Amino acid sequence: MRMLKQFISKIREINQRYAKPKIEMSKGVSFSLAVLRIYLFVLVLLMIYKFITVIKVL
Amino acid sequence: MDIFSVLYYRFKKVWKAIRLYLVIAGPGLVVMIADNDAGGITTYAATGAQYGYHLIWFLLLLIPVAYYVQEMTVRLGAVTKRGHAEAIFESFGAFWGWFSLIDLMIVDWLTLVTEFVGMTAALSIFGVPAWLTVILVVLLMGIIVLNGRYWTWEKIALGFCLLNLIYIPAAFMVNPSIASIVGQGLIPNLPGGFNNELFFLLMANIGTTIAPWMLFFQQSSVVDKGLLEKDIKMGKLDTFIGSIITVAVAIFIVIVTGTLLHGAPIDDAATAARMLMKTNHYIGAFMAIGLFDAGLLGAICISLASSWAFGEIFGWAHSLNTKVKEAPWFYISFFITLATAGVVPLIPGAPLVLITLFVQVVAVTLLPAALVFLILLLNDKKTMGEYANTLLQNIVSTMIVVLIIILSTLYGISALFPNLFK
Repeated sequence: MRMLKQFISKIREINQRYAKPKIEMSKGVSFSLAVLRIYLFVLVLLMIYKFITVIKVL
Repeated sequence: MDIFSVLYYRFKKVWKAIRLYLVIAGPGLVVMIADNDAGGITTYAATGAQYGYHLIWFLLLLIPVAYYVQEMTVRLGAVTKRGHAEAIFESFGAFWGWFSLIDLMIVDWLTLVTEFVGMTAALSIFGVPAWLTVILVVLLMGIIVLNGRYWTWEKIALGFCLLNLIYIPAAFMVNPSIASIVGQGLIPNLPGGFNNELFFLLMANIGTTIAPWMLFFQQSSVVDKGLLEKDIKMGKLDTFIGSIITVAVAIFIVIVTGTLLHGAPIDDAATAARMLMKTNHYIGAFMAIGLFDAGLLGAICISLASSWAFGEIFGWAHSLNTKVKEAPWFYISFFITLATAGVVPLIPGAPLVLITLFVQVVAVTLLPAALVFLILLLNDKKTMGEYANTLLQNIVSTMIVVLIIILSTLYGISALFPNLFK
């Protein structure tokens, strides 16, 4: 239990330490990150679809 | 100045450069040769068996692809003195940081399982039971890592890299026709026209050339070795030589299987080794030894890539220059990753084929992100200064990264939906 609490507090500390991105958010950077988000979102949807179709077959 | 003095001066200059290279050489060679891991050997063996020498020209194109991506990690590591995971956290925030770290952990662990599958299959050819292989590998890697010095670890890893060249004598032993290699292999051609099977194999070859762990490993390795800005030139040379060696080894594997197993169905490198043993015992043995070595090299690098990344983010001491007492979590995470992955091939009925497919799919979620972050970080002039990407470097690396993203995504999707491209 104590270890779990320590772990959670460590995660919080890391989240605080890296709360603000240090890279300058130029238009290029923002655009790249937005495209990356869409790409990953579509990929996750495909994986979920595959998972559901596999479950249905089983 | 007479001619002898000029020659002596030039010799001293070259010798000095060679000595400097030998000091700095390591991260680039190790990462590139470890790129020919168990999965890579299988891909190249299948390429040769299916298409003979016809795709050698395509493998040659992978030299600049591997070099341009990996040299960016050298610059980034030497300038920022941070690993790739830490660089992502710091520059893009906790969301992208956790995404990359967790994804890396999953991909690395799954890839490690495939390395153990390759190693156990390779040694089973010599009658070594799988459980003994796993124990031996974990013990061997313990000895290599626990010596407390990066330098020693690197030299041992380079020794295993040397063993990876075993495919070169094997290729000479099969007496290939040089005229056929040049005629069929060096002139760009698409055997049988562009079809789905060929497309899948080309994608697999690209997928094995650039893997997410390589970016994290080389950058952390550069930092752990302590390379500085002044070492970047030699670090890049190291990476370039490594990329040539890795493709050369791949070509020699293609020559071996293309000569002796052309037309045979090859699902994995161990099957290829068994089939080769029927033709020539030594060549089959070389193939099996090479496969074991490839798995071992991959396992060494992949488990370290994860431990370095965790150490960077959790603030643990995370250097191979530290003793176990000084960096307990670094070594604990290393051995937990290694041991849990090693156990999987020993489980009867473990879904190993599913794991192999899953590696390809999960890697597709991490690789594009890691590559995009890499280019963005290399364009951060505030941090990179004079070592930031030039316009030409941006054009070349962006083209390569876009190509890798498209092909690796198609590769991942084809693993998810095998009938989609048929």
